This record gives sequence, structure tokens and C-alpha cells, in this order.
Amino acid sequence: MRTLLIILKKEFKQIFRDKMMIPVIFVMPFIQTIVLVYAATLELKKTEITIVDLDHSEFSRNLTAKFNASPFFDISTQYYNFGLIENDLLRENTKSIIIIPQNFEKNLRQGIPVKLQMNINAIDGQGAGLISIYVNQTVASMVREILPRNGNSNVNVMPVGFNVKSRFLYNEEMNFKHFMLPGILVILVSMIGIFLTSLNIVKEKESGTMEQINVTPIKKWQFLTGKMLPFMLIGILDLSLGLGIGMLLYNVPFEGSVVSLFIFTIVYLFAGIGLGLLISDFANTQQQAMFSIFFFFLIFVLMGGIFTSVESMPAWAQQLDRINPIYYFMRILRSILLKGSTITDLFKEFISLIIFGITVMSIAVWKYQKTN
Amino acid sequence: MKEGNIIEVENLVKKFGSFVANDNLCFEVKKSEIFGFLGANGAGKTTAIKILCGLSFPTSGKVTVAGFDVYKQRDGIRKNIGYMSQGFSLYEDLTVKENIQFYAGIYGLSRSLIKSRFEELVLKLGIEDLKDKFVRDLPLGWKQKIAFSVAIFHKPQIVFLDEPTSGVDPITRRQFWDLIYEAVESGITVFVTTHYLDEAEYCNRVSIMVDGRIEAMGTPDELKEKYNSKNMDDVFVKLARKEKE
Amino acid sequence: MNRFLGFLRKEFIHIFRDVRTMMILFLIPIFQILIFGYVIKNEVKDAKIGVIDMSHDNVTEEIVARLDAANDFEVVKEYRNYEEAEAGFRANEIKAVIVFNTEFANNLGKYRTADVQILLDASDPNLANLINSYTTVILNNYAAELNNAGGKPIISTEPRMWFNENLQSAYMFVPGTMALILMLITALMSSISIVREKETGTMEILLVSPMKPIQIILGKLSPYAALSVVNVFSILLIGNFVFGVPVHGSWVLLLLVSFLFILLALSLGLLISTVVKTQQAAMFISIFALMLPTMLLSGFIFPIENMPLILQYVSYIVPAKYFLIIIKGIMLKGVGIDYFLKEVLILLGMTIGLIVLSVLKFKNRLE
Repeated sequence: MRTLLIILKKEFKQIFRDKMMIPVIFVMPFIQTIVLVYAATLELKKTEITIVDLDHSEFSRNLTAKFNASPFFDISTQYYNFGLIENDLLRENTKSIIIIPQNFEKNLRQGIPVKLQMNINAIDGQGAGLISIYVNQTVASMVREILPRNGNSNVNVMPVGFNVKSRFLYNEEMNFKHFMLPGILVILVSMIGIFLTSLNIVKEKESGTMEQINVTPIKKWQFLTGKMLPFMLIGILDLSLGLGIGMLLYNVPFEGSVVSLFIFTIVYLFAGIGLGLLISDFANTQQQAMFSIFFFFLIFVLMGGIFTSVESMPAWAQQLDRINPIYYFMRILRSILLKGSTITDLFKEFISLIIFGITVMSIAVWKYQKTN
Repeated sequence: MKEGNIIEVENLVKKFGSFVANDNLCFEVKKSEIFGFLGANGAGKTTAIKILCGLSFPTSGKVTVAGFDVYKQRDGIRKNIGYMSQGFSLYEDLTVKENIQFYAGIYGLSRSLIKSRFEELVLKLGIEDLKDKFVRDLPLGWKQKIAFSVAIFHKPQIVFLDEPTSGVDPITRRQFWDLIYEAVESGITVFVTTHYLDEAEYCNRVSIMVDGRIEAMGTPDELKEKYNSKNMDDVFVKLARKEKE
Repeated sequence: MNRFLGFLRKEFIHIFRDVRTMMILFLIPIFQILIFGYVIKNEVKDAKIGVIDMSHDNVTEEIVARLDAANDFEVVKEYRNYEEAEAGFRANEIKAVIVFNTEFANNLGKYRTADVQILLDASDPNLANLINSYTTVILNNYAAELNNAGGKPIISTEPRMWFNENLQSAYMFVPGTMALILMLITALMSSISIVREKETGTMEILLVSPMKPIQIILGKLSPYAALSVVNVFSILLIGNFVFGVPVHGSWVLLLLVSFLFILLALSLGLLISTVVKTQQAAMFISIFALMLPTMLLSGFIFPIENMPLILQYVSYIVPAKYFLIIIKGIMLKGVGIDYFLKEVLILLGMTIGLIVLSVLKFKNRLE
């Protein structure tokens, strides 16, 4: 036990003397939670579209007004030269050009179907799809209105309609920052647990002091714990710091219990640090460690649901996420902060993280040999 | 292990793939002697020393250090030896005092013992103004002396020194060997590898390795007589030439 | 010249011998593209939703059946009340719950309109929005069918998707990946390589040799330039063969601009190496000062228009922003240099400036 304390003392001294570490530990949370959260916004703001009204009728003006009233669109109306459509889209002057044809009202009154031409810049495929959906939604609301009024044969009976009432829970204002902050925190904690731990150990390997340690009677567990504990503490510290900043700046709620948050963080750090240790077992230079981690990190982060939701991913990807620790911690963090989930609610995630951590840590510790 | 021996090596073989780094080494080291493990660079000295320290497994052969078997009782070995590697391996970002406190603590010395021994060391080496400096700021000669002091601070039975005087000026080298003599007088056995053949004269007994094998072993005088040479350099050259024939 | 070639050869050998790093350098872009292409989507697929059906009539059951049948949704659970549903949300069992109250059938019969409540987990606002929209569409379609049985829709939309008919998300991500990979690998690796020589002391040996500083620089950086060019090709090829991302415009122009960007990244790497002392520091600066801005502020994933003004200003100095505009134009729109002359000139200016600055700094450090 005394040996462990001696090791910890040395580790902390070295960490705080490292000129790189202090800014990383104390400045990184700030940068990440401030800059990243502000920048990484996938919030769907109003899209600029152009409506070309070739009919100039009551109906067409009605439809245009509906587009104007829609929270998704920012419209401009113009008199148009069709040869310009391609050019306008190429130059990105507008994202979509919708054309209301001539005889729009006349045909509708006679029950003849009409077609709206939608020209959409589809380079951003997702965005284009969304534009299409919202246009259809707006059109549908128009249809619901005019059906009783036109000469349609079905007008004898009042049309059926569903009154859709949507309630957005846990984030009524649809504040994207509430979604992003937990994500950024996951990245922050992961970087400390995986990156920093791994680099630290590999640095000892590179400098030769690792060999000196292997000659002494230090036990494997003492050395490894001494290496991991400081980063566990730093991880918790930075999580608290980042969370505090987030709550202050963005009013991110904290619905769940502080205790469960910290329990989960410790479990996750255990898993992350284990992963860092595993990588350091295989890397001989800092460069190798860095790139290996970056490789896994990138995949884990992209697939973990930090920026985009896992529900949007294909089934096989969602299956793969079962061995992605970041995926679990992401769900846990968002659920605890925004929904007030408890450990019981998140039991599946809890167990998965523990299993992951124990597995990775066991392999890593086993692989670390004092004797070659 | 025989009375009076502190290291016994029988038929030690170390292979890396098909390359034989240590080829059937047989030797003993007696208590409180200075045993010089000589040879050219690449002869296999560092490989052997790492095996003796428990850093590396032999491919085959019997090795006993301080009464402990190198296959099964490495922990026993570790408690009873000190080691100074080629690169000195001190923590550059810790001070001299902190390095000592750290390693001594790991070897199980009590705080008061560390304190008193450290004060003695400061006096002996005259490092009152150096003790709180970062190791990276020390000149090479001092790093070397400190590394040695760290290696023997816990008064181990044996201390292994791997090329301890590499890159250091002759005066510092002499001072260093004074430190080694002192250690031996206090009962520590010294196992030192070097490629400086003049240092062989400082040892009680030496062995000379050529290409993974021990080609000669004995006291410096014995060897000089056997090979009809005036100094150890000569002995070595003759041995090397013999290999070529 | 011979000296230089010998040095160059050594550099190449160095790099190619580090198999592990090599593997990763080539695999990172491939994996990134594959993930972006296959995994990251902003649609909804088999999203788990729940139902509270207090009416249980033909209509509600038909609605639930349609929701379940849709690719977007999977109806996994039925809850008896709001408390159960909330517990379901907290346990991440479902992302949305459709609620039909007891009066549903009555109201539909009497007043021809009935409430359908959708509870959405808005902790992911975008997903909630999507689920909301998709559900509303399904409901609207059903209503329209009920009213207009067999008839054609009154107002239909005829979509014309320009530049990307199949709405492939890869169109956005492949160019972005190119920018990211070129910036990351080129700048990061070249800076680390130079700093490592500083750390081990071999740099001094080079500097006292008869080799001119410019030769040292070229020798150290050329392998990474070559590597990056290979990466450009692999990204483009995968993008094309796996995801059908085209190069409508001029290949020559594309490669030229890419090479310009590589030069820019190299000089950034050189600049970083003159400023830091340790490899660790080089890594950290490369990531924070280069990769993060490239990922976030270039318009690659996150649209710049949505960011606060300060960040929009910062994005003006992010080279990747201009690079992306250019290559997206060439690849996806098939336009020529007249469309992005401004951006090309800016990149050119940045590159020249950086080269001059970094070479000067490098020479300066010798004294």
C-alpha cells in the first residue's frame, strides 16, 4: 500500500510538471464545452427557398403564404426565367426553387390534380430529403383546407382529419446545445481516459525508465494502478468542470442523480483507461500509440451517436455498437442529464460497460509483462 | 548454490529466433567481488545482464542469483539487486532527491531510514546544491554518479551495472570506480559490463565474451600471463584474432 | 544531388518500415469514408416507438399497423399509461410514443376529427423532429386515403434532385474526408517527423552536414506528400466505386487543387515543427489548431451559417473551407475554375505565405 502511495506521488508530480498537461487538463474542458458546442450544431435552421408563382391566384397566394408561415423555410418570391434555375442552384443562391404552375386554382377547382415542380440542390442529400418532406407537409395542410371548398366529388362528406399534437419531452425548446453538451463531455472524458493514459505509459517505455521499474520489486498491479488512478481522478475532475460550464452557459438540466452520474463515470473511465492501457501494451512509440488510438477513437465516436443518432444507423451498425463503450456512455450521460434516468433504468448499459471494462482491463494487465 | 557464490550460471543459452545471443555461458560470481563482464559491442553482454536481472527469460540453462532461481523466483531476485542501465534511467523531470525517495521507497526503506541515508549521501558526494535540481539539468558525470547511488541506496546484495561509464570523461570514470570500491567494501557484489578494456584491471575477475561465448575467464593477471600480454586490450585482441583463425 | 537522393531514400525507408503506422495511415481514410457513407445518416430507420392506445378501434389499429410497417419505425411496446411510457423513455426503450385517447373513435365519428398525440424524446432534437415529420406524413397520407379512396392526390410534388439524384450522403462526406485526411495526416505526420529528429538529436547532425536546409525540408516532407497523394486517389476511388460519388469536372484541376492543399498542409506541419520541442506538443497542436477547426469550421459536417458570428469569422481563416468549396464544385457540379476563382486565389495566397513563413522560421532556428 505504501508502495502505491509512493508511485502516485511521483505520477502526480510528473503530471503537474509537464508543461503540456496543465493546459490540457484545465483549458481543454473550457475550449471543448464552449467552442465545440457552439460550432457543432446540426440544428435545422430555416432553409432559403424560392417560390415561383406562375398563377397569381387566391390559391397560389394562399400556398405561398403557408410556405412563408412554415418554421422551416425562409422564402423569397421572384419572377423567373427558367434558364436561370440551374445557374441559381449552382451558385447556391437558393437551396430550392418551387414552381406553382399556371391554372393552379382553376384546375384544383375542377378537381384536376396539379403538380408542383420542386427543384432542389441535393448535394446535401439529407437536407434535400428534409426539404422535400417539409414541402409535402405544407402542401398537405393546404389540401386539407381546400378539399371542402372545391368541386371535388367527395365533398358531400366532411373529410376526416387527425389533429396531431406533438409534445417534445425533456427538451421542449429543442435546444441543440442540450444535445451536444453531453456529447462533448463524452469526448472530453474519453480523451483523458484513453489518450492521455496511453501516451503516458508509452512515454515511460520510450525513455527507458520502464525498464528500471521492471527491475524493482514493484508489483504489476501497483505500477498499473499508479498509472491509472491519476487519470481516473483527472477525468472526473474535467467532467465536473465541463458539466459545470455547460450548465452555467447553456442551462443544461441535471435531472438525474449526481451519485449515479459519478458511478457511471468511474465505470466508464475504468473501461476507457483499460483500453488505453491495452493500446500502450502494443505500441512502442508515442506516434504508434497516437495513431492507433486516433483510429479507434474516430470509429467509436462516429458510430457512438455523439453527433448523429444511433437510431439513424443501419441495423448492422447498431449491432456493432454493442462493443462500443462510447455508445453506452453517450446514452447514459444524455439520459441522466436530460431525462433523469436512474441506474435501474440504464441497467443494460451499466452491465455492458462493466463487462467491457473488465474484459479490456484483464487483457491489458495480462499482456503487460515485467519480463520478456 | 555453492558456498561463497552469489551468482551461478550453467549453460545459459539465449536465442532470438535463430540468432544465438548467448551461447552456453557458464560462470560464477563470488560474494563481494567485482566481476567484469567484458566484450565488444554486440557480444551479448546486455542480453546476459538482462537475464540475470530478471528482465528477460533465458532460452535454456540454469541461472541462480542471490540464491533465487531466475525462472521461478524473480521477485526474490528483484528485492536483492540493484540495476543501472546504459541510459542511466532516472526520471528527468524529478529532482535528485525525489528520484532517490521514489526508488528507495519502492525497495521498502522506511522514511526515517531514507532520510538519514540521504543525508549521508549528500555529504559524501557533496551534492548539497544539486540535490534539488532536476535530473535533466545535471551534467552527464553527475547523472551517472546519482544513478549509481540510486542503484545501491537500498544496500542490495548485488548491483548490476550495464556500461556505466559510457560517454564520460576519464577523471569522472576514476571517481566512479572509487564509488564502486566503496560499495564493495560495504559488502555489495558488483557485476559490471563494459567495453572499456582498461577498466578490466579494476575488477577482481573478468570474463571476456566474443560473439555470444565466453572465451576467457579469470583474474586480470591470470589472463595477461596466459595470453602473454601487457594489458587487457592486448588480451582481447589476441582472443579476437584467435576467433578468426 | 546524390546526397539529397540518399537522404530522401532514408526518409522513405523510415516511414515504410513502421508498418503499424503505415497501416493506420491508409486505413483511417478508408474507414472514415465507409463509416460516413454507410453508417452516418440523418434519416430514421427502425426507430423504436411505443403506443398508448386507449381506444383500440379499427382506425387506431390501422395507424399502428402502418407505423410498424414503415421502414422508419418499429412499434415495440404498448404502454398502459403515461407513467409507464415515461419509464420507457428513461430506459431508452422507445424514442416516441403515439397516444390515442378513449374518445378517439367517438370523436372521429361525430366530429370527423380526432386528436393524435405524439410524445417525442427531444434529448435528440433532430431525431425528434424527423420522427415527428415522418409520423405526421403517415397520418396525413392515411387521412387523405380515407377521404379520397382510390383517387389521385390533389396536389402532388414533382421533385427534381439536382447534382445528386439519389440523395447520397456520401456526396457531402467524401470531399470533406479528403480535406480532413489531407490536413491531418500531412500536417501532423510531417511535423512529428521533424520534431522527432530534433528530440533524438539527429537533426543537428543533418544541419552540420553539407546539405542545405531546403534540401532537408524537401527530403523530410516529400514522403508525406507522396502518401497524401495516394490517399487522395484511394478516397476518390472508394468514393466513386462504392458510393458513386462522381467527378463531373476536370480531373486535372481536381488533382492540382489537391496538390496545392497538400503543400499548404505540409507548410503548416513545417511551421508547427519550428515552434514545438516535443512530439507530444506537435500532436496536440496539430489536433487542436488544425484538425478540430478543419472538422468543425470548414462546413464539412456542420453548416457554417448556423454558427455564432465569431465562429463564422474564424472560419474565414480555415483553409479547408475554401478547399471544400472548390472540390465540391469540381466533383459534384462539374463546374470550372471560373466558378471558384476567388477560393483558388485565397488558397494560393495562403500556401505561398505559409511556405515562406515556415521556411524562414526553419532557417531562423538554425541560429
